[in-house]
Amino acid sequence: MSALLEITSARKVFGGVRAVDDCSLSVEEGSITALIGPNGSGKTTLFNLITGYLGADGGEFRFRGRDVTGSDPGRLYRHGLTRTFQQARVFPHMTVTENLVAAGGYRWRDLLVPRVSRRDRARAEVLLEEFRMTHVAELQAADLSYGQRKLLEFAAVLMSEPRLVLLDEPTAGVNPVMIETMERHIRERNGVGVTFLVVEHDMQFVMRLCNPVVVLNNGKEIFAGSPADVQQNPMVLDAYLGT
Amino acid sequence: MHALIQGLILGILTGGVYALMASGQTLIFGIMKVVNLAQGAMVILAAYFSYTLFADFGVDPLLAIPLTTAVMFGLGVVIQLVFLRPLKREDSAQLSLLVTFAVALLLEGFMSVTWRTTYRSINTDYANASWTLFGYQFTVVRMIAFVLSLVSLGLLFLLLNRTRFGRAVRATVQNPMSAELLGVESKRVAALGFGLGAATAAAAGSVYGLLYPFNSGSHYDLISELLSIVVLGGMGSVGGAVIAALIVSTSSAVVATMFNPTWSSFTFFVILILVLLIRPQGLFGTVERGAL
Amino acid sequence: MNVPALARGGVLTVALLALPLLGLEHWVLNLLIFTLMYAAMSSAWNLVGGFAGYPSLGHAAFFGFGAYFIGLWFQHHDVVSGYEPFVILPLVGLLAALVGAPIGWIAMRTRADVFAIVTITLLFVAQTLAFNLDDLTGGAQGLAMPTPPFELARFEWPFYYAMLWILLLSMALTYLSMRSKVGLSLDTVRADEDKALGIGIHVQGVKVLSFSVSVGLVAMAGGVWAYYETFVYPQFAFDPLITIGMVLMVFLGGRATLWGPILGAVILVPGQQYLAYKLGGSQLYLIAYAAVFLLIMLLMPRGILPTVADRLRRRRAVGTSSDAGPPTAAPPSAGAGSSVPVPSGGTA
Repeated sequence: MSALLEITSARKVFGGVRAVDDCSLSVEEGSITALIGPNGSGKTTLFNLITGYLGADGGEFRFRGRDVTGSDPGRLYRHGLTRTFQQARVFPHMTVTENLVAAGGYRWRDLLVPRVSRRDRARAEVLLEEFRMTHVAELQAADLSYGQRKLLEFAAVLMSEPRLVLLDEPTAGVNPVMIETMERHIRERNGVGVTFLVVEHDMQFVMRLCNPVVVLNNGKEIFAGSPADVQQNPMVLDAYLGT
Repeated sequence: MHALIQGLILGILTGGVYALMASGQTLIFGIMKVVNLAQGAMVILAAYFSYTLFADFGVDPLLAIPLTTAVMFGLGVVIQLVFLRPLKREDSAQLSLLVTFAVALLLEGFMSVTWRTTYRSINTDYANASWTLFGYQFTVVRMIAFVLSLVSLGLLFLLLNRTRFGRAVRATVQNPMSAELLGVESKRVAALGFGLGAATAAAAGSVYGLLYPFNSGSHYDLISELLSIVVLGGMGSVGGAVIAALIVSTSSAVVATMFNPTWSSFTFFVILILVLLIRPQGLFGTVERGAL
Repeated sequence: MNVPALARGGVLTVALLALPLLGLEHWVLNLLIFTLMYAAMSSAWNLVGGFAGYPSLGHAAFFGFGAYFIGLWFQHHDVVSGYEPFVILPLVGLLAALVGAPIGWIAMRTRADVFAIVTITLLFVAQTLAFNLDDLTGGAQGLAMPTPPFELARFEWPFYYAMLWILLLSMALTYLSMRSKVGLSLDTVRADEDKALGIGIHVQGVKVLSFSVSVGLVAMAGGVWAYYETFVYPQFAFDPLITIGMVLMVFLGGRATLWGPILGAVILVPGQQYLAYKLGGSQLYLIAYAAVFLLIMLLMPRGILPTVADRLRRRRAVGTSSDAGPPTAAPPSAGAGSSVPVPSGGTA
């Protein structure tokens, strides 16, 4: 019983449509868990519920053993739960370094310390090195390629040393080389103890990287197991192919 | 008790007019996500048109409504095309707010120059008539205003629900992106929608001119009241705006008759603040799906 | 890197401090006072409207608050030396900031358009109250302030220096916030508030802080104004045109820049006075003003300074990349790939 994140009977209704319907799932500490399912199965909504962007209509969310139901995104972030967005949301008119520093967190009483203090810069430099982005450190994020922006967003959420990172389609819209880069970084970080929950459509990516795989359909978990089992499971095939 | 009921009657009758004014504004917001700060000025402009037609040509304000509506519809389309369409930047929401404020000032300046700033009122021969029923006063003008507003709202409802254009508008309000994919020309809908908002302002303006004396600065009083109604009704929901208008106008009429007219203008602000505290999305608004 | 900024500030301060010594005529000093006042208020508005990206339309409510506070205070207190109203200015600012905080907290919980609605509503409610609470405010009759007992030759000086002091305070606070986490946080809020929330930025806190400081500064300017005019009327103290003035100057000069609002004020206040002089008190003035406003919004929505800065930056970027060639340390995928349309960003 080392579930880092545990969701019990989460529910979310949009004008009569049950986007997430009595959904329970858990993410084990140290895993790279995949969350897959056909379009409209509720993955993104579930992400928004977990990260506090949407309030659930019911259910319980536990993170690191604590009840975090109803917490806002900022609080969850400070607890070590963070996410990336599907469309690489970075701050376009800030430099790459500033993007990292902004995500590094600060306390109220640090409000008047310099925008990018020497300590901030040192921390950012370590990450930039790891992501081989040192040469673009002073560029504005708007001047990066889309793939680099995705990488930047990923690097930025690591500034706070999170325990659990939710990745929303990390490979969507980026080229194969960048997909490999992304995969390597996820593995490296996972190796030092960061847990991942990944929504992804690229099945090869999922099969290579993730275990277990959780399948969502109509807002419910219909299967959870190893990648090999998922491919064999008739229910999953039904959900995808439609019957 | 008597005062309370009289206040309620007054509030409900006035509420119709406010519902009409606010429905145009909320429609514009729904279609284009533009908070139209010129809505009040458009209402007053229509009231002036109606005043001129009555004072100079002897046209009864009620008969003038089709004409003023048509003129204001055209003006609304022009405003959208000239001032709002060119805004295409990421912060167009912020810019459009300021642009409509500037349009309001432009209209105010125009009205001050054309009609000067003295208060005008449309004094028809039925202006001061009233009926008394069970000891409560019903002024004829207010009854007419109420009925007219209901008729206009009914027409608006039919337009939105029974016509192709109405379907396009509602689709755009619900989800601009998929409406576009389904072949709705959002640019045209935006222009016509703004025109429609202006047209409801015209109908409301004729009625407003019957009820109250007004001058070019009167739109300031209207802006804040209308905006409160729109927020209360849930930004973009026409039905919500109608109910919110009734709530706001009855409560301020009750405050005015029971306590002191001074505080009645304060009432809607208090309601606005309370709503934002308890239910920030308004009474009938929904948190937008997929807003993230 | 920040030495030029401080140097520029120092030069400006000295120049402005020395300006009255030139023996300027009264009308020039009068114009300068209004220019400083609008520069100070635009700079203050910029904190919330520019940096946080929340366009307040109700700042005139706090201008009026400051004006009436000073007006009412000196119904009950005497002016002897003439400097008493300036002494209580910090109190005015503090009170307005305290009043502003809960209003900002409520109005900023939702989106920027609701915020604009609440603030403009606040302005008209404040005006209505000033008209109707005759017992307190004198209603439409207005409030009379004691006449300032300054010698005629230097009558404008104290007001000039008071406005200058508020301007410098506002610029110093702006500078401080730009250089600190406050500015960094506000930048993220302006760009993408939801994302900012998700990376632990104290979103609501910095928004309310900027609003509160901003309205405090504007209230102080209102206080000085009331004393200078010696009369406070509801329609002038709570004038939507005052709000519009601030907004316009910030937009013209450039939002979220230190110098933009000041540039905007220097261009627009004399222009405004000239228009008023040319067109008299007639309402044509309003039309001209609105037309200028619309032109700025449509032709240069980003303002002068950001447009210029962007052009310089782009020129420099072109220069360096052609000199240095593509950086060798780049991962192979860097510039290539991604034919996917990018929704965010775009410097155009």
